[in-house]
Amino acid sequence: MSDSASFLPEHPPVTDWVNDFDHTDPRWTENPYPIWDEMRSASPVVHTNRFLGCYMPTTYEAVREIAHDTEHFSSRRVIVRDVRPEITAKAPPITSDPPEHKPAKQLLLPPFTPDAMKKLEPRVRAICNELIDEFIADGKCDAAARYTKHIPVRAIAHMLGIPEKDSDLFIKWIHEILELGIKDDGALMRAVHEMTAYFAGHIEARKNNPTDDLITTLMNARGPDGKPLDDGHVLGSLRLLLIAGIDTTWSAIGASLWHLARTPSDRERLIKEPELMPTAIEEFLRAYSPVTMAREVMKETTISGCPVKPGNMVLLSFPAANRDPAMFPDAGKVVIDRKENRHSAFGLGIHRCVGSNLARMEMTVAIEEWLKRIPDFRLDPAGTVRWSEGTVRGPRQMPVLFGKAN
Amino acid sequence: MSGKLKIHVDQDKCQGHARCKSLAPELFKLDEFGNAHEIGDGTVPAGLEDKAYLARSNCPEIAIEVTEE
Repeated sequence: MSDSASFLPEHPPVTDWVNDFDHTDPRWTENPYPIWDEMRSASPVVHTNRFLGCYMPTTYEAVREIAHDTEHFSSRRVIVRDVRPEITAKAPPITSDPPEHKPAKQLLLPPFTPDAMKKLEPRVRAICNELIDEFIADGKCDAAARYTKHIPVRAIAHMLGIPEKDSDLFIKWIHEILELGIKDDGALMRAVHEMTAYFAGHIEARKNNPTDDLITTLMNARGPDGKPLDDGHVLGSLRLLLIAGIDTTWSAIGASLWHLARTPSDRERLIKEPELMPTAIEEFLRAYSPVTMAREVMKETTISGCPVKPGNMVLLSFPAANRDPAMFPDAGKVVIDRKENRHSAFGLGIHRCVGSNLARMEMTVAIEEWLKRIPDFRLDPAGTVRWSEGTVRGPRQMPVLFGKAN
Repeated sequence: MSGKLKIHVDQDKCQGHARCKSLAPELFKLDEFGNAHEIGDGTVPAGLEDKAYLARSNCPEIAIEVTEE
């Protein structure tokens, strides 16, 4: 636990999900789907006094309205936390609103197109096989700790041009920012400072020796005024790429494997009909969307008929939107050949995840390589699956046994 | 006999999810920012009508229009 003086008291358990929800409650972490169904049946927008006041849209339509409304909802804070300290560390474009958002986003888009991802794919395939080599002879592994955790972090390190061996450091920072940081401002600030110092060193090194990587690309990029970006902007975007690119996809790959470990019929189908992989990936993204974002209400408005007032945050749950039965027939079922799937796992509107093509490629490759080498596997009945708390949901511990059950 | 189909991607709505390109690469292309555009004048070649409708029904931004000429 943290020894920081800024650590806030534990949250009391929730007894009323509709009027007093809390996304850090252990029951939410364990299984949020029935909770979201209960909230959605009550209202398209619910509110809690926790987190200094926070709304949550529960339907796809309400989530879409908010995601598209940059006039009333700001992205300057993108995590719902116990505290709202003054904003010091920006991470453009995720924390940007119009008009600053578009130029900051356009700088990042070309390196993440599907064609750019094809060039990275062989390295990701090799990473997956290197990881599997380490545990396949054991007949079992913790698939979250030994496999899914390491794939996105090594891929993004490769893109940024920083050593893949520093991965454990990045994972520590992300845990401090996205999980501990909800309740512990000291842990969050410490991680942000450490990351900033780390990247500042890499930027400095490239000033004399430019390299063929994403850090150099950002350093050479020009802002809308035609001038190079200042170091603060480059550092902010690098922080974003590292934070946003790692535990999100780690979670998505992990949840997909969790489903496949429990569903032999889908596993067999994907092996026999590999052409189903693209629709299966989209369905895993819908059913197990890892990422919940946030907005801050700037002006009073109405969402799906519900009044929404400034001073409150919004827990923008794309995962809950993707389980809305009004949008998706059999929303609670995983249908790997679902034909119509307008899921919002990567967000909607101008903040569509810049790394969506990277995430899809990593998920596809990670599942394909796993199924090639370990076509049969199941959750270890003697083990426990542990899910992450907070803003990104995925398995952080997932013991599995290889081979068919006896 | 119904008329020919035509597709169009609304550039104000497209956010580059790239679902259309993945589902119907014969009909859509991506620009350097990853945003989608119809190929050519958007006329859907015979036999690809289902793919045009499939792309439309999977676009999260509802940015694809399919019209019958």
